[in-house]
Amino acid sequence: MFVDIDTVKRVAKLARLAVDDAKAEKMQGELNAIFGFIDQLNEVDVEGVEPMTSVVQMEMKKRVDEVTDGNKAEDVTANAPASEDNYFMVPKVIE
Amino acid sequence: MSELTSLTIAQAREKLLGKEITAVELTDAYLGAIDQANKSLNAYIKVTPEIAKKQAAASDEKIAKGEAGTLEGIPVGIKDLFGTRDVHTQACSHILDGFKPKYESTVTQNMWDDGAVMLGKLNMDEFAMGSSNETSYYGPVTNPWKIKGDNTSLVPGGSSGGSAAAVAAHLCAGATATDTGGSIRQPAAFTGTVGIKPTYGRCSRWGVVAFASSLDQAGPIARDVRDAAILLKSMASADAKDTTSVDLPVPDYEAAIGQSMKGKKIGIPKEYRIEGMPEDIEALWQQGIEWYKDAGAEIVDISLPHTKYALPAYYIVAPAEASSNLARYDGVKYGLRVTGDDITDMYEKTRSEGFGDEVQRRIMIGTYVLSSGYYDAYYLRAQRVRTLIKQDFENVFNQGVDAIFTPATPCSAFKIGDEEMAADPVRMFLNDIFTVTVNMAGLPGISVPAGLDRNGLPLGLQLIGKPFEEEMLFQASHVIEQAAGKFVPEKWW
Repeated sequence: MFVDIDTVKRVAKLARLAVDDAKAEKMQGELNAIFGFIDQLNEVDVEGVEPMTSVVQMEMKKRVDEVTDGNKAEDVTANAPASEDNYFMVPKVIE
Repeated sequence: MSELTSLTIAQAREKLLGKEITAVELTDAYLGAIDQANKSLNAYIKVTPEIAKKQAAASDEKIAKGEAGTLEGIPVGIKDLFGTRDVHTQACSHILDGFKPKYESTVTQNMWDDGAVMLGKLNMDEFAMGSSNETSYYGPVTNPWKIKGDNTSLVPGGSSGGSAAAVAAHLCAGATATDTGGSIRQPAAFTGTVGIKPTYGRCSRWGVVAFASSLDQAGPIARDVRDAAILLKSMASADAKDTTSVDLPVPDYEAAIGQSMKGKKIGIPKEYRIEGMPEDIEALWQQGIEWYKDAGAEIVDISLPHTKYALPAYYIVAPAEASSNLARYDGVKYGLRVTGDDITDMYEKTRSEGFGDEVQRRIMIGTYVLSSGYYDAYYLRAQRVRTLIKQDFENVFNQGVDAIFTPATPCSAFKIGDEEMAADPVRMFLNDIFTVTVNMAGLPGISVPAGLDRNGLPLGLQLIGKPFEEEMLFQASHVIEQAAGKFVPEKWW
């Protein structure tokens, strides 16, 4: 697999990372080195092999559907870079 | 290193309970040692003397009343990945600037409940991504070990580099660490300490900053096998807050130490004999095999045919999960915010400035392999390979093998700023070649120091066990420790 510059920029956009031309070029080289390494996996015959979903065989734990926690709006917003009255403050998103 | 800080946890426990020393004295000795050493080693990124002194005083009261817990008065360091209430918790990333959680991770809470004393938060690779501790926002950690007659600063390994260095330099009695691909075992090997990654699900992940959720596991780094057993006993628990935490009672790991290895089957996988491995490691591994023979164990040659695919599969699974887990850092809920023209611009600027290069690289790989049209070719294929890796181990254990014995790392500690490593990210990944299979299969693995190489640097050997049979690992690694002795760096800091 070989990723081109446009792919690097498209993926950066998806990942919400600001990437200028110089950085995209640097990343392209690094990513291609890593993908070159990953491509070894194409040698493996995985026909009929189930993909792993959990390393430990166990049934998903369940609990009674009830409120066990809450009323911590202050704690939840305590670390926000900008908050007011226990709301997170962000730049305007609706025109 | 004062007399007090040279005590192991087991020794300190005895002296504390015998009222020969107090928890306050012990804590003060460690705080003094940190104060003196940290400028040189950079193992701690936040020291918490007020908390430590308060906890130590409380421990002394408990000991006086005969109510001591299993870690009562034992000063420990905590990897910065663990959420600690109202205390610096940043996964050593710029993007979590100023973050002080309003909760406590289950693992650390277990330790405080058992009487442990928190000395501070330990340096690590940013978001646990790295094998040298050089990706930390707070700068690299210096390994307390140096090459004989050479003053060059070496890495302590990573990502739990601060934990390993602090334990090796006696800046804490023991430390918490985490292991996603080798982040406990590789730094333990590089510093002459003992590190165990327990079975996936043994320690709760609740309150620990997530890297790759299907691989992350907490465990201790300690000075010897017994201390690792004591720490893991406290850290491990069944936790309703983590659905992948397993509802099994935590055994008394210490009781396994000293049990006979007579008749136990030790598997030697031929795939771990890799080209270019230093002779010293090969020779030490062979020496270890002889020690097991002397202890009455049966040595069997085994094959784990998919070993070489573990690392490439890991570099799909781990970044994929990381890209998803790290989506939460957007400059809104906590940490750094860099303002932009609009909200998307703010997200992008915050993330580009807040994450280091290695983290951004992994987010990019993860986003790519999960993106539309590539999911089957990469992620699904990697998860299938993972099934095959796990089956390799199951086949061997079904043949009656009790533990698998391998080197822990393909090299000893390398220098800070190693140019070849820096130029090629894949080269750095290869540090985890012997450890990563264990995470992919969810198994327990321990690294135990076994000797020094020709440069005088510590080397570790690894034992891999069946799921939830950590006791066998403590039992088996103790044989190595008995034969090899313990390794303490010469103090230069």
